[in-house]
Amino acid sequence: MAKREYSFYPGCSSQKGASSSNYLISVQTMCEELEVQLNEIPDWNCCAASIGYAGGGELPRLTLSARNIALSEQHHPGQDIVATCAACWLSTREAAERLHEDQSLLAECNTALAEAGLKLRNETPIKHMAEVLIEDLGYDALKARVKKPLEGIKIAGYVGCQTNRPFGIAGESYENPKYLDKLVETLGGDSIPDYEKKVQCCGGALAFSEPEKSQEMVKGIIEAAYDHGADLIVTPCPVCQMNVEVYQDQINQTYGTKFQMPVVYYSTLMAVAYGRSAKDAALNGQIIPAKALDALAAK
Amino acid sequence: MGELNTAMIERYRNSFLKEVEANVEEGEWVKMCMQCGVCSGSCPLGKFWEHPPQEIFMMIRAGKREAVLQSESVWMCTSCYNCIVRCPRELPITHIMHGLAHYAKRLGLVPKTNPTAKFAQMFWDNLMVKGRINELKLGLALYFMNGFGDGIKVALKNQKLGMAMMKTGRMNPKEAFGGHAVKDLAGFHKVLKKAQELEDARIAQNGPPAGA
Ligand code: SF4
Ligand code: SF4
Ligand code: SF4
Repeated sequence: MAKREYSFYPGCSSQKGASSSNYLISVQTMCEELEVQLNEIPDWNCCAASIGYAGGGELPRLTLSARNIALSEQHHPGQDIVATCAACWLSTREAAERLHEDQSLLAECNTALAEAGLKLRNETPIKHMAEVLIEDLGYDALKARVKKPLEGIKIAGYVGCQTNRPFGIAGESYENPKYLDKLVETLGGDSIPDYEKKVQCCGGALAFSEPEKSQEMVKGIIEAAYDHGADLIVTPCPVCQMNVEVYQDQINQTYGTKFQMPVVYYSTLMAVAYGRSAKDAALNGQIIPAKALDALAAK
Repeated sequence: MGELNTAMIERYRNSFLKEVEANVEEGEWVKMCMQCGVCSGSCPLGKFWEHPPQEIFMMIRAGKREAVLQSESVWMCTSCYNCIVRCPRELPITHIMHGLAHYAKRLGLVPKTNPTAKFAQMFWDNLMVKGRINELKLGLALYFMNGFGDGIKVALKNQKLGMAMMKTGRMNPKEAFGGHAVKDLAGFHKVLKKAQELEDARIAQNGPPAGA
């Protein structure tokens, strides 16, 4: 089968030395195994995520995403855009839809883009990596590559907000999406379909500005995973991963808990299940080591 | 800023709803709200909102201009999109909240100490410099946003975390010098400058003459 090609939008947090650089490494490994080729959009810029709104008005924010889509259409014509960050995917797709509905905004956007010799045709589908896996490739194809099933590992599928709402994955409900659970089962692990915090918000960007308030929500997310006997949490969103993993020390201090719950990306799970090394799966990027996966990768 | 606020009050003297419809992103949706309260029940940080979304929409209709635009509530949105997918009238609530926050910012009405307003502005300023977010500078700016003494305290609290992020390659101290950037930075800046000009022109059409 020929390689599938996508125009890839990695986003700021995936860059080398940034907070989800480990996500990018495991995604690259996963894509190698699945024969998916990611062509990075040349010279992409930040999308302003969901928090750019204080400084950025409607048109400047839309123009940020428009520049990325225009670059993609110019350099990778005909390729769908795929993003690995939920916030990147959401802002880019929202921008594309808004500009589709409002022709006067689109015209203004193009006037701005013309300053750098760019033009937005706005005909490109914008996908999250989870859509590529589940809708474009399908569970059977994902299963076919499994070399080391995640046997006996119990995994809470934490979907979070922005990979789930407002667009989500085809055929899934907003209140109880099941694709992460199905993915865990596909990889041979034990899922927790009734994990009640699977779509609970982690606070998003407010983890930085309102740390106490967000950490209270994160506490609930981790607690519920422990209640179900989870060995680890898996997530498709870099903001979720960061917020749920890295503040556990602070939460333990505030609440007297003893949390040590590893939080990994689906791509890390897949890289391990596909028989790749701990390094290729970016397990060395865990602040809280995922021991069960380390052991399996070393086998 | 203050002048723009005065001019807007003058222009929309009789209707805050009209002001919102004309000037706030997606503001034209506010009148569609049927006050069912589903959105208010959906906010993850709901208990911290002095005025949850449903109430904000009611207050807009009731002309409570200052109470809405100066409220901390519109800065309490985590962009979780719970409300959007549940609202029976399909109001783009998340975007209206962001739109109100941005409008308050433009008019200079944001509560001075609101941490999210500060962080959100820093995020935008950071990204405008090089076209990409510099997490390290953003982090440092965040720690020191409430002054030096406080910054040291917050930084110490996060020191252990910082070390762990560095050890795992998820934070790079070299980012403090240079760091990731868009290559066609001149083009990037020209495009964004133009977009801002067009946005300002649009606002001037709705509101008072530019420069007022
Ligand atoms: S759960 Fe948190 S990080 Fe994840 S998408 Fe929602 S707001 Fe963003
Ligand atoms: S859910 Fe929709 S209709 Fe109901 S109060 Fe909120 S905005 Fe209004
Ligand atoms: S998107 Fe904002 S307003 Fe809507 S439920 Fe979430 S926090 Fe509340």
